[in-house]
Amino acid sequence: MKLLIFSCICLLALVILPMMPNTAADRGDFKIITFEKFESILNEDSEKLRIYNFWATWCAPCVKEMPYFEKASQENKALELVFISMDDGRNPERVTDFMEKRNIKSPVFLLDDVDYNKWIDKVNPEWSGAIPATIFIKPDGERHFHEGELEESELKKLIGLHN
Amino acid sequence: MKTRIIFTLTLLGFLSLPILAQTSGYQVGDEAMEFNLQNVEGSSVSLDDPEYAKGVIVIFTCNTCPYAVAYQDRMIALHEKYASQGYPVIAINPNDAAVSPGDSFEEMKKRAAEKDFPYSYVYDKSQEVIKAYGGSRTPHVYLLNKENGKFIVKYIGAIDNNHQDASAVTEHYVEDAVDAVIQGEKVALDNTKTIGCSIKWSKKGE
Repeated sequence: MKLLIFSCICLLALVILPMMPNTAADRGDFKIITFEKFESILNEDSEKLRIYNFWATWCAPCVKEMPYFEKASQENKALELVFISMDDGRNPERVTDFMEKRNIKSPVFLLDDVDYNKWIDKVNPEWSGAIPATIFIKPDGERHFHEGELEESELKKLIGLHN
Repeated sequence: MKTRIIFTLTLLGFLSLPILAQTSGYQVGDEAMEFNLQNVEGSSVSLDDPEYAKGVIVIFTCNTCPYAVAYQDRMIALHEKYASQGYPVIAINPNDAAVSPGDSFEEMKKRAAEKDFPYSYVYDKSQEVIKAYGGSRTPHVYLLNKENGKFIVKYIGAIDNNHQDASAVTEHYVEDAVDAVIQGEKVALDNTKTIGCSIKWSKKGE
């Protein structure tokens, strides 16, 4: 009898769980960082190809390309992907809600420094400041910068070139 | 082999495009093209109009970008401060309405009516002006000063250094630039960057 109840609960869970909204435990890490912190992250050593994608919840072309980045990162363990959010640091729940709703598994760091002119050139002098924008850093430290939206095939090419 | 070379060349060409896009357009000191664009009020706006006899603060902006929206009131204040001194604001929406429906001419009219913009809000439907200027995001400011009959670019960049909170701004880039131009001085900081929304380029002809 106990076994039957247990089985029923298991079965029920199997049916109900996928229907429930994603919880905080399912989404990727989220933290709010300063530019100094971000700069130190960029300069860290890594054996992986690191990809930092600048985006915001309200940016339609950014949101469109996010699944391509997530998919590439899940398929290729030699990649390390972090989404860098340009959302308002005063309302971080807008980002965490988005992550849960869209099931974002990769880490998201909200770069909370609106004095943009002080740091955009430090990320890359070619960057005009428009988002989306993406920086690729090879294990040897070489960087490639891309401003603008990427199609899935373009992202794959760029990863292929730098991997 | 041949197709492979062509493929590689195409790829290289594609990869260098964003870099080219960055370096094209005006630099400070360049002569800016004049334009004639339709205003939300139905008339056309030309840099030949007498109100721009001294100069103009050209701002590429739009309805939909949160950064642009955050600056609406400050753009009104800029216009109110400087129009009487010979440097009015012209706001230009460069976004393709097919890509960004909220930036259509009809939506521009609605926003202008809601906010009662005191400056001209015009539509760069063909995107010729933004391409010539080299604007890459909204908002993107070009301060022009009329010198010997030519519009010379004096400043390119952001409005100030805090889009979130006008009261927390510590550097008023555009105001400082216009003040310098009015006083006949060199603009100390003539190029700044800011995070902004990408231009919604037309898909036609790409």
